[in-house]
Amino acid sequence: MKITRRGFIQTAGAVTAIGVAGMPYIALGAGKKVVVVGGGTGGATAAKYLRMADPSIEVTLIEANKEYYTCYLSNEVLGGNRSLDSIRFGYDGLAKHGVKVVHDTVTGIDAAAKMVKTAGGQSFSFDRCIVAPGIDLSYGKIEGYSAEVAEKIPHAWKAGPQTALLRSQLEAMKDGGTVIIAAPPNPFRCPPGPYERASQIAMYLQQAKPKSKVIILDPKPKFSKQGLFIGAWKKLYGFGTDKAMIEWHGQQEEAGVVKVDAGSNTVTTAFGDEIKADVLNVIPPQTAGSVAIASGLADDKGWCPVNLATFESKMHAGIHVLGDASNAVGMPKSGYAANSQAKVCAAAVAALLAGQEPGTPSYVNTCYSIAGKDYAFSVANVYRLAEDGSKIVAVSGGVTPGDASAEQFKRDVAYAHSWFNNITKDAFGG
Amino acid sequence: MVYKTLTKAFLIAGVAFGASSGAYAADAPNTMMGASDSMLANTCAGCHGTDGASSGPAIPTIAGLSNDYFVEIMKEYAEGTVPSTVMGRMAQGYTEDEIKQLAKFYVAKPFVKAKQDFDPKLVKQGGKLHDKYCEKCHAEGGQSAEDDAGVMAGQWTPYLRNQFADFHAGLREAPKKMAKKLKDMLAKEGDAALDALTSYYASQQK
Repeated sequence: MKITRRGFIQTAGAVTAIGVAGMPYIALGAGKKVVVVGGGTGGATAAKYLRMADPSIEVTLIEANKEYYTCYLSNEVLGGNRSLDSIRFGYDGLAKHGVKVVHDTVTGIDAAAKMVKTAGGQSFSFDRCIVAPGIDLSYGKIEGYSAEVAEKIPHAWKAGPQTALLRSQLEAMKDGGTVIIAAPPNPFRCPPGPYERASQIAMYLQQAKPKSKVIILDPKPKFSKQGLFIGAWKKLYGFGTDKAMIEWHGQQEEAGVVKVDAGSNTVTTAFGDEIKADVLNVIPPQTAGSVAIASGLADDKGWCPVNLATFESKMHAGIHVLGDASNAVGMPKSGYAANSQAKVCAAAVAALLAGQEPGTPSYVNTCYSIAGKDYAFSVANVYRLAEDGSKIVAVSGGVTPGDASAEQFKRDVAYAHSWFNNITKDAFGG
Repeated sequence: MVYKTLTKAFLIAGVAFGASSGAYAADAPNTMMGASDSMLANTCAGCHGTDGASSGPAIPTIAGLSNDYFVEIMKEYAEGTVPSTVMGRMAQGYTEDEIKQLAKFYVAKPFVKAKQDFDPKLVKQGGKLHDKYCEKCHAEGGQSAEDDAGVMAGQWTPYLRNQFADFHAGLREAPKKMAKKLKDMLAKEGDAALDALTSYYASQQK
């Protein structure tokens, strides 16, 4: 056997690894390069857990922004119960794990050349690439809405300045005003999000502007955790009465927003109703992040089909897609799902780079919605992969029971906040 | 003694799982089994912190517990005998062998003591109460992860307070000896004893 330089280094590395950790496979990925595109919860978790699984892998994470604002708990910022700073995270923690963090915009991922290119003119070669770009907003699906109009009529579905803008509009609104939330069609990021948002805004209005109301215009006939939200709204915000602070109108009424008039702050529903808002929040239809689409990783529906055991793209070998951008059949598009998928993907990538078969995956999703003071509920599931690989299957779990005690709803608020502390540290922490 | 409830727990958990997961069971395909210890365990970290070291305050650290305690409480969550918000729903998703795998992974990780506020004036009294009522099972000032006792020293106070509240309300059944000690303590010292005890546990940060 000819010992090449690379082979020699690998052998030497393996000996060291046995000596240190007793895990000889660790060094088999030595010198391998992984590029992670996107530094949200999924990308950050994948980069960190890849380094934890095999510190010999060189991991570069490319993210345009120096700071990331979590979408989860950003509704509490809208409700005035949390600072924007508290949902902001940097990348120093990943650097401590030996992840090389590059702030640049990825313009293309070349699967054949195994190369990522950026707007800043940099090129990064990879053995495997992990793509976690989150969502892109399909402004064009709503007449009159655009990225420019969103500077006046926020979507606030990517947290940060958009969240601050919507909050400032709520603060400036007169008492007796109408807030309209245009909910998106399925599938979209954070299925309970629009309804938690309505709850948080109602909580704020109740104490600051009690004659105001929130109207949700929804293209869907039903929504996530609906029974629990309706229960909370009845209890807290007079839902269904003539003093209701929240109204929900669904597909039954053809209530989905199809047109926005930015000049008059008016929306038009599919039925043709025109409704004027004092504060307007338009959450448009969504697809996988644009870099995934530009790189040919998405199907004609705009999401990225993947092997659910490894999150390797079905479009391009060697590239993995996880989180909101992926079509992780059976799992919701949530921060926790991205975190969980990232760990499955990181383990699979480490195994593949070491020339091993990826192991059996295991997944979890936990998602809290804070509907009011001392009032939150959750959905939590343990998932496994179907034997034929076709879907991810919930094997236990479900939502908080509707008849939960006041103490349980209250504890779920504390758990939601603790969950936030832990998941953000798990993803971004050193 | 440790395993006294296990058979019962699993029987009940099995029934509970069958009943509560009807929606899943109807069209549930066979799923892949045999995930590694770390694959199973890392899914917990989103709530309980990387390697089980929780940033709290209401969700506990699950690293460095005793194996017996870890396995038993997971079974009791699945059974529903220990009240919870999400843990009952999660614990039912794992087989008995997988719970042992989770325990193996987390028992080997260090229990990182919480950095949290406490009332320094109550620490000494809390230590005395601990010695009198708790030390026999929660040894070494509540630090020991031996037998089936939970680790108290350095655990998050809001979590401990919720557990005390559940024991007190009869929602969570304490082992016989503990139930008696807790009742004695609260009768003689009042609810303020819990403030002192939790201050003592929270004061142990190294």
